[in-house]
Amino acid sequence: MSKTVTLARLLAASLLGGAVALAALPASADPAPDMKNWDAVVKQAQGQTVYWYAWGGEPRINDYIAWAGKQVQERYGVTVKQVKLADTADAVSKVVSEKAAGKNDGGAVDMIWINGENFAAMKRNGLLFGPWVEQTPNFKYVDVTGKPTTVNDFTVPTDGLEAPWGMAQLSFFDDTSRVETAPRSAQELLAWLQNHPGRFTYPQPPDYMGSSFLKQVLTELVADPAVLQKPASKADTQKVLAPLWTYLAKLQPVLWREGKAYPANGAALRAMMADNEIDIGFSFSAAEVSAAIANFELPDTVRSFVFDGGTLGNTNFVAIPFNASAKAGAVVLADFLMSPQAQLRKQNPEIWGSFTVLDMNKIPDADRKAFDALNLGVATLSPAEMGNVLPEPHPSWMELVESEWQKRFGVAQ
Amino acid sequence: MLGYAPVITVLLMVGPVLAGLVGTVLPAFGYLPALGGNHVSLLPWQELFAQPGLWISVRLSVLSGLLATIISFVCVMLFCAAWQGTRVFRVIERILAPLLSVPHAAAAFGLAFLIAPSGWIVRVFAPLAGWGRPPDIITLQDGWGIALVAGLVIKEIPFLFLMTLGAMTQANAGQTRKVALTLGYGPIAGWLKTVLPRIYPQIRLPVFAVLAYSASVVDVAMILGPTTPAPLAVRILHWLSDPDLSMRFMASAASLLQLGLVAGVIVLWLLIEKLVAIWGRAWAEGGRRYRNDGIFRLIAAAISGISAGLIILGIASLAVWSIAGFWRYPDLLPGQITLKLWQRELPALMGAMGNSILIGLAAVILAIILVLACLEREKRQRRQPGQGAMWLIYLPLLMPQISFMFGLQVFFGSIGLERSFISVVIAHLVFVLPYMFLSLSDPFRSLDARYRQTALCLGGSPNRVFWQVVLPLLTRPVLAALAVGFAVSIGQYLPTLLIGAGRFATITTDAIALAAGNDRRMIGIYGLLQALLPFAGFGIAMLVPAIWFRHRRAMRHGG
Repeated sequence: MSKTVTLARLLAASLLGGAVALAALPASADPAPDMKNWDAVVKQAQGQTVYWYAWGGEPRINDYIAWAGKQVQERYGVTVKQVKLADTADAVSKVVSEKAAGKNDGGAVDMIWINGENFAAMKRNGLLFGPWVEQTPNFKYVDVTGKPTTVNDFTVPTDGLEAPWGMAQLSFFDDTSRVETAPRSAQELLAWLQNHPGRFTYPQPPDYMGSSFLKQVLTELVADPAVLQKPASKADTQKVLAPLWTYLAKLQPVLWREGKAYPANGAALRAMMADNEIDIGFSFSAAEVSAAIANFELPDTVRSFVFDGGTLGNTNFVAIPFNASAKAGAVVLADFLMSPQAQLRKQNPEIWGSFTVLDMNKIPDADRKAFDALNLGVATLSPAEMGNVLPEPHPSWMELVESEWQKRFGVAQ
Repeated sequence: MLGYAPVITVLLMVGPVLAGLVGTVLPAFGYLPALGGNHVSLLPWQELFAQPGLWISVRLSVLSGLLATIISFVCVMLFCAAWQGTRVFRVIERILAPLLSVPHAAAAFGLAFLIAPSGWIVRVFAPLAGWGRPPDIITLQDGWGIALVAGLVIKEIPFLFLMTLGAMTQANAGQTRKVALTLGYGPIAGWLKTVLPRIYPQIRLPVFAVLAYSASVVDVAMILGPTTPAPLAVRILHWLSDPDLSMRFMASAASLLQLGLVAGVIVLWLLIEKLVAIWGRAWAEGGRRYRNDGIFRLIAAAISGISAGLIILGIASLAVWSIAGFWRYPDLLPGQITLKLWQRELPALMGAMGNSILIGLAAVILAIILVLACLEREKRQRRQPGQGAMWLIYLPLLMPQISFMFGLQVFFGSIGLERSFISVVIAHLVFVLPYMFLSLSDPFRSLDARYRQTALCLGGSPNRVFWQVVLPLLTRPVLAALAVGFAVSIGQYLPTLLIGAGRFATITTDAIALAAGNDRRMIGIYGLLQALLPFAGFGIAMLVPAIWFRHRRAMRHGG
């Protein structure tokens, strides 16, 4: 057998393999949990293993997830394994590649911690199981009226495809030993930075935190905020975005490194604060600063503040892919995450410090008292001090802002 | 059985790469039914070429790839030329060899801690210079990619150095060098004129591997490379993970562009090679002796020493960060020391270490069987493999990982091997095997043929001779190859995460996930372990023969 013949065969075999890979295989049916019968769901969940794909960048959060897993193991016999991700999109990618391979059943991903664009994209492409959320017992405690983002993820209706499990609101932090008066609006921030050049920056879009900063500025400066609640295609986008670009053009020369480099993500802002590279940072977690001080990541002179006109807020969710292997187990886990007990622990700043999605008037008295008794930590603003919650713009605005930003500021050379 | 070894090896190497490539080529031309792409179109390419700063990214990838390769190549050649056979050489060899085991990401994190404007180097000078605040200058992620090139160079020097060592034993470089010295040549000129031309063909493929790696690197580029815009491979990763799933099509096209770019850089290198050969021939034949090269010898030693020193200091800074309490700029050391994080992470660390070790061992054991079988068959058939076969083995190293990973996932999924231990091991094997082949083939081929002949003459069967004579003689290089393979396996991120669907959390997948949280203490802990694990592998590879052969003097420096 000559070498060339062998090679030709190998090539053919490999190509065939690839072709098979892309052909859709017939789906085998896996009984989806019957959401009308909760007892049956719990019974079906028994013994299942739920692979929960969640961002793994924060040890505190990983610990909380491990605790939740232990709880549902004890209560329902459901085993939870966290798959720690650097980027949520890796989970989305996984589901897409499975759909490409025709794997409509027995998928790798049972649950994803998700929101915003990732949710919108999965919903649009039919990659999610459901609706299932509204039939879970604990959903009745969720504050769907006072916290409308629990059912509208970046203005996209969740339609029961994802369960809320935490509130997030943009808050800033400054080192009070270095900043005399913290700026209380985007314009004040610009003015402050012009007097203290290089002492502030934002993560590079399309990083989530970086894009959030741009949306915060946009929301503050736009003539009519209502236009951001509709898809961008329905507006004169150039006119809407003009104030943002004017603002950023003034901001860029006074940014850290004159905007020639940007930090990778929100967490990087904390490290830069500790290194005295910047004086003002921001995050989406109200308790982050207190936790970071306790964790030796920030000096104990750092405090949180918000803008007077309010800051962007949204909700974190968990969703179940269309081809998940342990749908019942995932549903049971999601329901537990919405329980008062799980939400209380989540809001405890010593554990995590993420604000609850529940309505204090709906939950049992004993639980409400426990929430009231929480000590939020030295650098954490109370829910009341967090001020106005501004709604997130429609995801199409984020996509537009990100690509325009890339054109204007992402190519520095 | 032995006859099938090369076929199985090539199948395991080329199969996954090609299967993965098919899964990338189709979406690049608009075909991916799962996302509604049912027709072949050029739209992904149009979108790709409309990306702002695309050509800057391409230029960055090409330049940093070429520069990193040229600099590390020149450094290694210059150093070998200047110091081969001396005590300095042996000292540097001892230092550089284990540094090969430090994964790229760990070395890059370490370097970043050193050279950042708030890093250790600035902190040394800050009190003298009166820098109360870190200087507002770009030392990391600079637009020219200087930090990126530096990070690549310090990691590629040990690799090229070890490859050159292997080639030198084959080419009998020691004697050649002596002859050149006797003829009155300066050490550097003599070596470059007589030894280099003979060893270059042997280290050419490793050089290409360095070139391909440097032009398509993701992790080092994310830590040290520029971001406005980033090198092409990093941008592809971002496009692949964009929530807008239709970006997958454009990302696939970009993966092919990346593949073309690597091919282009290799062609460019071949051209440079030709030019240098023409000029070098005239230079060698010119006969000048260049006797006074003392200053160049010092420079060569200094560069090798500095590059090794940077990795070691970087690892040291990881260690210090891992136990640091609050660490204020510009303090040289943290005010408090705490083991709190180590204690908290211990359970997770144990699991991740266990997975890393299991996957690594499985991959290297499979690989060593295949490599030895291939080499043994080649010996018995008395034929050297053609250049073509070598290229095939190198294919996984020459292909940007990112350009076939998505397709490979789809492939494993469709044959029902998804997220299984075996599929992760195979994915690792694709990258582990070429390096092990590289490190073992030279010692194997240069083993004195008379041992084998004598044993056969004494009546041993070929199999018995292999097990009782050849293998024991090769203990040292076999263990070294295992250690190299293990180190490569430990460093794998994309294949472990994507093919294993996150079922196998390793030190590396956890390290990269935690790096997203940017807590330097966590990066310190995981980066340190990432470096220590393969280091332990090398330690064992060195210790075992030392103990084994303690009563056999001639074996102590064998291999």
